[in-house]
Amino acid sequence: MFRKLITCVAVVLAAACSKGEPAKPAQTGSAPPAAAAAAPAESAPRNNIRIAVVTHGQASDTFWSVVKNGVDRAAKDQGVTVTYNAPQTFDMVAMSRLIDAEVAKKPDGLVVSIPDSEALGRSIKAAVDAGIPVISINSGSDVYKQLGLLMHVGQTEYEAGFGGGEKMAAAGVKSALCVNHEVGNSAQDLRCKGFLDAVTKAGGTGKVLAVNANDPTDSEQKITAALGSGVDGILTLGPLGSGPALSSLKKGGSLGKVKLGTFDLTPDVLTGIRDGELEFAIDQQQYLQGYLPIVLLSQYKQFGVLPAGGILPTGPGFVTKNTAAQVIELSQKGIR
Amino acid sequence: MRRILNRPEFGAACGVVAVWVFFALYAGGSGFLTAGAPTYLEIASELGILAAAVSLLMIAGEFDLSVGSMIAASGMTISLLHEQLGWSIWGGIAAAMALSLVVGFANGLVVVRTRLPSFIVTLGSLFILSGLTIGITRLVTGRTQVGGLRKALHYESAQSLFASQVGGFSVSIFWWVAISLLATWVLLRTRFGNWIFGAGGAPDAARNLGVPVQKVKIALFMTTAFCACLVATFQAVKFNSTDVLRGTGKELEAILAAVLGGTLLTGGHGSVIGAAFGALIFGMVQQGIVFAGVDSDWYKVFLGAMLIVAVLVNTYVRGRMVEARR
Repeated sequence: MFRKLITCVAVVLAAACSKGEPAKPAQTGSAPPAAAAAAPAESAPRNNIRIAVVTHGQASDTFWSVVKNGVDRAAKDQGVTVTYNAPQTFDMVAMSRLIDAEVAKKPDGLVVSIPDSEALGRSIKAAVDAGIPVISINSGSDVYKQLGLLMHVGQTEYEAGFGGGEKMAAAGVKSALCVNHEVGNSAQDLRCKGFLDAVTKAGGTGKVLAVNANDPTDSEQKITAALGSGVDGILTLGPLGSGPALSSLKKGGSLGKVKLGTFDLTPDVLTGIRDGELEFAIDQQQYLQGYLPIVLLSQYKQFGVLPAGGILPTGPGFVTKNTAAQVIELSQKGIR
Repeated sequence: MRRILNRPEFGAACGVVAVWVFFALYAGGSGFLTAGAPTYLEIASELGILAAAVSLLMIAGEFDLSVGSMIAASGMTISLLHEQLGWSIWGGIAAAMALSLVVGFANGLVVVRTRLPSFIVTLGSLFILSGLTIGITRLVTGRTQVGGLRKALHYESAQSLFASQVGGFSVSIFWWVAISLLATWVLLRTRFGNWIFGAGGAPDAARNLGVPVQKVKIALFMTTAFCACLVATFQAVKFNSTDVLRGTGKELEAILAAVLGGTLLTGGHGSVIGAAFGALIFGMVQQGIVFAGVDSDWYKVFLGAMLIVAVLVNTYVRGRMVEARR
């Protein structure tokens, strides 16, 4: 019902807009022919454009709630109709069926995340075969091309780690440590590799330290032990690494002396950056992963234009002392 | 006429019509009637296979909450045996089915021997199975998701049996119809079916009449676990990957489908055909909401409301039925 109401309002608004539109060229008279030709397209009601979003993240997940806020905002800004669907749990079977249902509705564009290309490949291919423009977000940078998608919007892990390494090197770090709390997760390996490559490229040295994510005490002790070997910069790959690293540095009195960077924003990390305990946090700016595909698909549908370049990186974005206060404020609004 | 009204599945059939009409009116324009039908039938088929077994068990007066994690455990068994030991897909499926029968037997044995409520016993096995699946998978592979089943030996033959399309419809739909008819025949036309009603409706009287109540219940627990394994096989072959969370929540959905179909929570009364209608309602609501374009933030609200309405229709119809009988 509510959606219908919104649609009605949008239709009325669009009608009002298109009434005003044709008057303009007549008044100016000297409008170039190109603009005149574009006018009918511009006044075409965009609320006819329907875009479906299916992700693996539930709205109750703070990370994905930010993505969804991006989707909703873009839908409003673009004036297009968007549906957002995600399975109630991390369930690839349910997710593929949501995609099937959306494809059956023949939307003008489809946005998907691809955490498991084996399980979702069938449904996504069906969408591509049906001629629906598809953009992948968040996960799927490795498979989007072979599935025949238009582009991928997200953060690539190696580049994100590399960016972190450059930041560390710029802060004067010579001997770096990458704390990996999820050994065996290839994404984390890539982050560490990128980080160490960047540090090495700048003339420093570095190594990976594997810690047990489920045992913060163990992690802290290992980090403390590693600090003894003259490490002056640490990158952790998430809250499960940054927590123990922070407390290790605090106890050793080397807060601020040893540069600490981390992936992912948490309230602790943000206040830590504000207070100068952490150097930076790497942010994949998932708001844009929701916002940009809607804009891209709307424009693609309306004018057939699309950026060239395949992967559109939303990260790494960096939160530093200068921006921490603003980010804290925005994260309360569900944008960061 | 009265005979039709008297059937336990009559209310559910009305529910099916009501839900279908609702979505046909509300979402028919966006493809619910055409492209939507195969998708909701596919969902209904998998849930329906579970619900058929679960309704038999519920008529016998017991619950099985472990079917959800049985799906994950079975699927993982198939994947791991292929990935780690190079087994053919049929070897993996056979092993998973054997495992499911063992788990079902254990569930049944514990319930009938200890006389603990099956709700608690199978809640325990739900957690144990789920934990074992995650633990073993992480221990062996370091991941929570195993794919590449397509490369398994004899995959094509398994695919044609479990994951092919017949006339645009998933083959699991035909399995569902066949299993529902078979279960209905067993329930209504065989001695074992009488025993099921007896075991749930009046266990002491049944026991005095020489009905092997314990054996009946154990057999039914084995059936539900086996059906869970069957659903896991469909999903594993179709999506050629498995993960440790597959099937989460399916145990409640299956019970819900059975209840929608007129099966009493207290046992002794119910219908497999009703459970099939219940599964159909569930599938239509689940996909219909997407076709209606409802934002998934509101999904659960709609699901819950639709289900309560369906149960109300069901109960109302049954109330009329009782009046008609007088």
